Amino acid sequence: MTAPVHTATAALRVNGAPHELRLDTRATVLDTVREQLGLTGAKKGCDHGQCGACTVLVDGVRMNSCLLLAVACDGAEITTVEGLAGDGGLHPLQSAFLERDAFQCGYCTPGQLCSAAGALRELAAGRPSAVTGEGHPPGLPVVASDEEIRERMSGNLCRCGAYPGIVRAVADVAHTGTAPGDREGGAW
Amino acid sequence: MRPFRYQRATGAEAAVATLASSPGARYLGGGTNLVDLMKLGVERPELLVDVTALPHTAVEDLPGGGLLIGAAVRGAELAAHPAVLDRCPAIAQALLAGASGQLRNAATVGGNLLQRTRCPYFQDPGKPCNKREPGTGCPAREGAHRHLAVLGASPHCVATHPGDLAVALTALDAAVRVRGPEGTRTVPLTALHRLPGDRPERDTVLDHGDLITHVELGPVPEAAGSVFRSARDRAAFSFALVSVAAALEVDRGFVRRVRLAFGGVAARPWRARAAEDRLLGSPATAEAFARAVDTELAPAEPLRDNAFKVPLLRALTVRTLLELAGRSPGAGERPPEEP
Repeated sequence: MTAPVHTATAALRVNGAPHELRLDTRATVLDTVREQLGLTGAKKGCDHGQCGACTVLVDGVRMNSCLLLAVACDGAEITTVEGLAGDGGLHPLQSAFLERDAFQCGYCTPGQLCSAAGALRELAAGRPSAVTGEGHPPGLPVVASDEEIRERMSGNLCRCGAYPGIVRAVADVAHTGTAPGDREGGAW
Repeated sequence: MRPFRYQRATGAEAAVATLASSPGARYLGGGTNLVDLMKLGVERPELLVDVTALPHTAVEDLPGGGLLIGAAVRGAELAAHPAVLDRCPAIAQALLAGASGQLRNAATVGGNLLQRTRCPYFQDPGKPCNKREPGTGCPAREGAHRHLAVLGASPHCVATHPGDLAVALTALDAAVRVRGPEGTRTVPLTALHRLPGDRPERDTVLDHGDLITHVELGPVPEAAGSVFRSARDRAAFSFALVSVAAALEVDRGFVRRVRLAFGGVAARPWRARAAEDRLLGSPATAEAFARAVDTELAPAEPLRDNAFKVPLLRALTVRTLLELAGRSPGAGERPPEEP
């Protein structure tokens, strides 16, 4: 005997576009953006919150979309990798990932990019991590050292092992706001 | 995943009433553990009552310097809260020592305290497990138990509470405010989680329908110097093998005040009262610290593959207490950085 499916409605704003959706209550944000909205950037890696390939921004905050029930996100603004740049071009992180060879197969990359975007905001907002000095004044920006970037990106796994390039790419954007190739004069 | 109904709670009283009349219902916080367990088939709720929109999302001052922390506050927010960093840094350190940035942004304080064990048999419905399905047995005793308990286990279950936050809260004598069908009550952290005994399916003393609404932290002067330290298999995004939350005041070389709690060793955060008693008035030396930890860990009954936890916890605790003893008042203080 199969239990009846339960549905509910949810209003999600995804990459700026409003969607009124009727959803199976079991649908995650990941399944919803991929299968209902055709946004296949966010990836299903482990589906258990361990690999980070599904990372999206929810109201500007990075989360694992595989563990978020879509019905629980009613009213939220979701940003996937497709909406990261906002204007159809490349986000500075995307340019930096290209410049720094920060991926091979690319499967984890959308999650890495969204996670990095969230991590940069958290650094700027002065949110501490496990490696932030205990004397850091609350609320002041945290310097994006390689150690900070590695710790803060630890929720995103890369089976290709592109970590050195990822750290460089995130550091580029953290320190200059742009990828090296996007800088005036182009010298690096 | 089994189909379920979803409701967003608009009031705590109504949410509690709904749960009390629905045995198959569960509260939903950030969902980082519950939704995962639903995918695994370990949890099979008929109804989820989402409590994240209830007004339990603030960190407020209590008279005398204490804090009232809403149960729906996200872990990342609490770890960055100036009052927490200032008055009880062990809490922030414990939060930041676990999970990933993404998980901490979603997971709530109440859900963190009620997270289930990561015992591999509990998480696999294809295996026997007395906690998940009472009476089916415990393969962990003979099987994969490297992460499991060395203290307070029973023949029926050797699971550990996996969290770090509860360890810091236990050391600082925090309590949870609970709203239940019969009203509200306060439960000290030291009495919240249960040892398995012959009822391993019950992680805590809470009954179905009980809702944690707040964490209450009284004024504890030595909490301002508290720390949380853990030993992990990896340097990031890893559960603690063992952990310690501690606060220490040394007066002319002797221990004047001490608070000590261990994680990763039992089904509940382990307040090390025997070690605290032994330490009070004793010299603040590595030898005295080690003897006190040995007193606490004397009843340990490690299994084949987790005996390493005893010397690891001993070393971690001695190192942590030495670190705290080295921060003697005055000498250890640095001038505040300019904002």
